Amino acid sequence: MSTIILTLVTGVGLGALYFLVASGLSLIYGLMHVLNFAHGAFLTLSAFLGWMVAQALGTESWWSFLVSILVGAAVGAVFATLTELVLIRPLYERHIEQVLVTVGLSFAAVALFEGVWGTDAIPISGPPWLKETTEILGARIPNVYWILMLAAGLVLAALVLFLKKTRYGMIIRAGVENRSMVTALGIDVRRSFTLVFAIGGAAAGIGGVLAMHYSTFVSAHLGSTLLIFAFIVTVVGGLGSLTGAAVASVLVAVLQQFANFYLGGTGDFIVVILLAVVLLVRPSGLLGRKA
Amino acid sequence: MSIRRYWPALVGVGLVIFMAVLPLLNISIPGILPTPTYQPGTLALLSLCMVFASLALSYNLLLGTSGMLSFGHALYFGAGAYGLGIALEHFGVPLFPGVFVALIGGMIIAFVTGAVAMRVSGIPFAMVTLAFAQAGSVLVRRNSAITGGEEGLSLNTEQVPEFLVGVINTRNLYWFALAVLVIVYLVTLWVDTSRLGHLARATRENEQRVRVLGLRPYRVRLIVFVIAAVLASLAGVAYMLLQSGTVPRSVSADLTITVLVMVVLGGVGFRWGAIVGGVLYTLLDQRLTVLAGSEAIASLPDFLRIPLSEPLFLLGALFIIVVMFLPGGIAGTIDGWWRRRHGERHVRDSLRSIDDAEADADAVGASEVRA
Amino acid sequence: MSAILDVSDLRCSIAGQPVVESVTFSVPATGITAVLGRNGVGKTSTLRGILGLIHRRGEVRLAGERIDTLPTHRIVQRGVGYVPEDREVFAKLTVAENLALAERQRNPRREFVAELFPDLVNRRDQMAGTLSGGQQQMVSVARALMNDNQLLLVDEPTKGLAPKIVTEVADALEEAAKTVPILLVEQNLEVVKRLAHDAIVIDSGRVVHVGPAREILDDEDLTQRLLGVHAERQADAGTAPSSEAHS
Repeated sequence: MSTIILTLVTGVGLGALYFLVASGLSLIYGLMHVLNFAHGAFLTLSAFLGWMVAQALGTESWWSFLVSILVGAAVGAVFATLTELVLIRPLYERHIEQVLVTVGLSFAAVALFEGVWGTDAIPISGPPWLKETTEILGARIPNVYWILMLAAGLVLAALVLFLKKTRYGMIIRAGVENRSMVTALGIDVRRSFTLVFAIGGAAAGIGGVLAMHYSTFVSAHLGSTLLIFAFIVTVVGGLGSLTGAAVASVLVAVLQQFANFYLGGTGDFIVVILLAVVLLVRPSGLLGRKA
Repeated sequence: MSIRRYWPALVGVGLVIFMAVLPLLNISIPGILPTPTYQPGTLALLSLCMVFASLALSYNLLLGTSGMLSFGHALYFGAGAYGLGIALEHFGVPLFPGVFVALIGGMIIAFVTGAVAMRVSGIPFAMVTLAFAQAGSVLVRRNSAITGGEEGLSLNTEQVPEFLVGVINTRNLYWFALAVLVIVYLVTLWVDTSRLGHLARATRENEQRVRVLGLRPYRVRLIVFVIAAVLASLAGVAYMLLQSGTVPRSVSADLTITVLVMVVLGGVGFRWGAIVGGVLYTLLDQRLTVLAGSEAIASLPDFLRIPLSEPLFLLGALFIIVVMFLPGGIAGTIDGWWRRRHGERHVRDSLRSIDDAEADADAVGASEVRA
Repeated sequence: MSAILDVSDLRCSIAGQPVVESVTFSVPATGITAVLGRNGVGKTSTLRGILGLIHRRGEVRLAGERIDTLPTHRIVQRGVGYVPEDREVFAKLTVAENLALAERQRNPRREFVAELFPDLVNRRDQMAGTLSGGQQQMVSVARALMNDNQLLLVDEPTKGLAPKIVTEVADALEEAAKTVPILLVEQNLEVVKRLAHDAIVIDSGRVVHVGPAREILDDEDLTQRLLGVHAERQADAGTAPSSEAHS
C-alpha cells in the first residue's frame, strides 16, 4: 500500500514538473503553431543562473531558494522574449523555418553552456528540508515533491487567472482558436506572440530551477531530457490546451512512475507507447482542437 | 546540346574517380586536412565525411523530396550500426551476412515505425518520430547485455575480414565508405527521377490533389520512408566498421538534429547539397576542435574564446543564419544565383513549399473550400 | 457620390493557387452593395483579399487611401468591419467576451448593439460555442457594429439559417446600413433584392457585370446567365424552411 502511495504522489510531483515546462510549450504551439525546441535551453540557463544566485546567497536558506526561483523565472522570460523578437518574429508565417530556428538555438545554446560550465553535471544542494521525507499513510515522500506540486499549482492558478481575467488573456484564448479572425478584429497578434513566449519562458525558468533541485544536479543537458517529456505531455494533452497539459502531465508522470516501479524500469518506454497510441487514436490530443 | 545534358554526370564520375585515387596521392591542405592524403589520419576523416554525407543524402530524401520532417531518422542509422555489431558479436555471423541482417533489421523497424508515424503528418508526425527515437535510445541504454549500454558496443573484429581491420587498412575502409556513398547517391538519384519521386514531390506540394487523382499518398510516403531508412542503416553499417564501435548517441534525437543541420546547411532538396552539408559539417566539427585548442584561440578573452571553442555552437549559429537568411542553404543559394544568371524566374525553395503545403492543409481543413 | 472603396486589378491567391484573377470595382459611400456569383467564383476570396487575409496584389483604396500594402489588423483599425462566412465566433469565449474583443475605440457602440440584438444581452455569459447558428450570426454581426466603421464587409450572413432568422439578420443589416456602407456577399437573392442598391457580379475570378440590383434580379434571362439560376426559383428555395445550423 505504501509503495502505491509513494508511486502516486511522486508521479503527481513529477507531473507538476512536466506541467511547468509543458504549459509554455502548449500555449506557444496553440497560438503560434511553433514547436519551440529552444524551451529546454530557457530551462537550463535559468537553472544555471538560479544556482549561481543561490550560491551567492547561501544555498541552505529558504530565502535564497525563493530568490533563485524568481531569478529563474526572470531569466526564462527574458531569454524567451529575446528569442521571439530576434529569431521568430522575422520569420512571420513560416512555421517550418521557425521550428528549425529553435532547433538551431537549442543546439548552439547547449554547446555554449558546455563551454561555460563544462560538460560534467554539477551537484547542487538547497534547503535541507528538501532532502528530508514526510510520511503519508506509511509512504515516505521526499519533500521536494511538495514544493514541485505547490509551484505548479501556483503557476496554473496564475495562468488561468491571466487567461480569464485580462484582455491579453482573452486575445490569447481567442487566438488559439482562430488567429486570423483575431487580426480581422483589428488586433495585432504579434504582441501576444511575444507575451506568450515570455510567459512560457518564465514557467520554464521556474521549472528549470526546481528540476535542478529534483535531480540534485545541474548540467548543460538538463533541459533536453525534460523537453522530450514536455513535448509528449503537450501532444497528449492537446496542443494549445492548458487544462489538457495539466491533465496530461499528471497522467504521463503517474504512468511513468508506475511503470518504473512495477514493470521494471520501463517508464520511459511506456510513455512513448502512450504518445503513439494517443496520436493514432486521437491526433488532436485529449483536449486539443484540430491543430 | 548533348554534352550539356551529360555534364553533371561527367562531373560526378570525375569526382568519384578523383576521390578513389586520393589515397594514392600526396596532397596536403594544411588547416583543413590533418595529414597528407595518403596517410590514415586524413583518410579516416574523409571516410567519416562520406558516411555522414550518405546519411545526409538519405535524410534529404525524406525532407527534400517528400517534405517529411522526421526527428527520428537516427534510429535507423543506429539500427544499422548496432545491428551489425549485435549480429557479429552475439550471433557470430561473418561480415557480409551481418551487414545483410543489419539492413533487414533497419528495414523492418522502419516499416513498423513508419506505418505508425504516418497516420499523422506535419508536427505530430515529427513528434512521433522523435518519440520512437527516444524509445530506441532508452532501449539501447538499458539493455547493456546486448548493446553494451552507455559504454557502447564495439565491433567484434574476429568476424571481419582482415583487410578491413586496423589502421593500416584505413585505405580499404575509405574505399568502402566511398562505395557506400556512391550506392546511396545512385539510389536517391533513382528515387528522385522515378515515378515514385515524382509522386512524393506531388504529395509534398498538395496532398489533396494526389488523393483526388486516386493515388495513395500514405503508401508513397511509406515506401520513400523505408528506402531512406535502409540507406541510413547502410550508412550506420559503414560507421560501425569505420569506428570499430558505436555508442547510444547514434540512435538519439541529437544525431537526427545533427543530420538536419547538415541537410539544411547544404540545401534542402538538392542531392549535391546534402553531400556538401555532410562533408562540411563533419570537417568543421572535427577540425574546429583542433583549432580551438590552438594558441591563437586560447589567448583570446573568455567571451570570445568560449564560443569559438565549441564547434557545435558555431554550427548552430551558422544554421540559424542560414535558416533566416539563406533558406536554400549552400546548394540552394548557388542554384538560385545560377538560375537568375540564366534568366530563369522560378527558384526552388523546398522549405517554403513545405510551409505552403502546411498552410494550405490548415486552410482546407478549417472549413470547406471558400466561394 | 464618391466611393468608399476602390478596388483596382485585385489578384488573390491561396498557397500559390490563384483564386481571384482580376477584379475592379468601386463601392459607393452609402447603402448596401451586393456581390453576386455562383459558388466558387471568388466572392469570399475577394473580401478576404481586400482585408489582406490571403495573399493579394493590386490596388485597394479605402476613402482614397491605399490599404493593399497594410497588414490585416491595420486595415481593420482604419475602420473596416468584417462579418466572415461561417461566422467564426470564438466558441470558448462568452458572448460578452466575443463582443469585448471587437471593441476598438474608447466609446464602443454598446447601446446600439444591445438595442439591435436584445437576445444577446440575455446571453452575455453564455459560451458562444453553445449558441444556435442564428445567434452566432448575431454575435458575428454585432462584433462588426461595435465600432464606428467606414465600411462593413459582410459574407453570406444568411447561410444555413431559418427564414425567420434570415429576416432578423436582414433587419439588422438594414438598420446598420443607415450609418455605414456595406459590401455584401449573398446567395439569397430575396435578401439581395430587399437590401442592395447596386450589385457586382463575379464569374471565374473576374467582374462581369455591374449595375442596380433590381435591374439584374428582375431580368430573368440576365439572372440565369450571370448566376446560373432563376431568380424566382432561387427565391423560393431561399424562403423554404431550412434547418438551422448549429455549430
